[in-house]
Amino acid sequence: MERLNWQLGTVVEIRQETPSVKSLILDVPDWARHAAGQHVDVRLTAEDGYQTQRSYSIASPPEETYLMLTVERIEGGEVSPYLTDELRVGDGIELRGPIGGYFVWETNDERSNNSPLFLIGGGSGIVPLMAMIRHRANSAQTVPTKLLYSSSSYEDIIYRDELGRLSAKDPSLRVIHTLTRRQPENWTGYGRRIDRAMLAEIAWQPAENPLAFVCGPTALVETVATNLQELGYGPGRIKTERFGPTGG
Amino acid sequence: MDDNDLRLDGNAAGGLLNEVFRFEMTAAATTCSGCGAIKPVGELMLYGHGMGIILRCAGCDVALIRITHIRGCYRLDLSGMICLQIDADIQ
Repeated sequence: MERLNWQLGTVVEIRQETPSVKSLILDVPDWARHAAGQHVDVRLTAEDGYQTQRSYSIASPPEETYLMLTVERIEGGEVSPYLTDELRVGDGIELRGPIGGYFVWETNDERSNNSPLFLIGGGSGIVPLMAMIRHRANSAQTVPTKLLYSSSSYEDIIYRDELGRLSAKDPSLRVIHTLTRRQPENWTGYGRRIDRAMLAEIAWQPAENPLAFVCGPTALVETVATNLQELGYGPGRIKTERFGPTGG
Repeated sequence: MDDNDLRLDGNAAGGLLNEVFRFEMTAAATTCSGCGAIKPVGELMLYGHGMGIILRCAGCDVALIRITHIRGCYRLDLSGMICLQIDADIQ
């Protein structure tokens, strides 16, 4: 691959996704096509020259012109409060990418393209999974897909409306929410952290040769990976990304 | 929040590793000298500090990759790893 260079992206739109999460839509000239699941490194430079960087998953599918990053504001973080509070349309940010070849889903990869997908996300761990869901929708893929998405409350569900729209018009995409802290009245979904019983109810059977992508905080990723292994998912069929809070 | 909540994994090291290696590295397979586990870099545990990063085996905690970048000099210690297998076709 080419050596990755730092590039300047310009903010063309900022979208408030939830009270603590914003999407930054960036114009990055000469952007190399990315794969769903990849991330970028974002670098901030202070006036005194001090630099710091963080990794952010790409939320947009490869087909789109603009690059979307979705950033959760981490209280006391070094980078995310700048990105969510200070950045304005027209501002530039330094980034390099796309990065990653492990936590990626390619529709043309014969190791994965006929496997049912089981996507499990916690909080802003939805971001790389959303790139996969959007890519799947854009490429008219019908590979059976389930998303199990854990959020703390209904208001904290990132991409809530879009997930609802996509699953309503696509019978091969099922979206299952669990709300761990607070549930609205008449909530019929799950209302607890992801556990073994939940996974056993939802997961594709190992005989269907499913491919699982798990992204979220460490505790969620480890619970899910361990339980899926015990349910019979083989080596290499569970891809994991531990994602925030990263001191962001 | 404890240290475990702050833990990242080898996926987040992809950018830094690309400063040194010419291939995509998060999918590269590492063989741990402690327990023999063969895992992609993306599944290693990442510990970051001001000067660089350490990637440890998730099973036995051996440090497989230590990398620092100080005053224009990269320093790699790969002594915890028996083998590093890189798929040159992954972009």
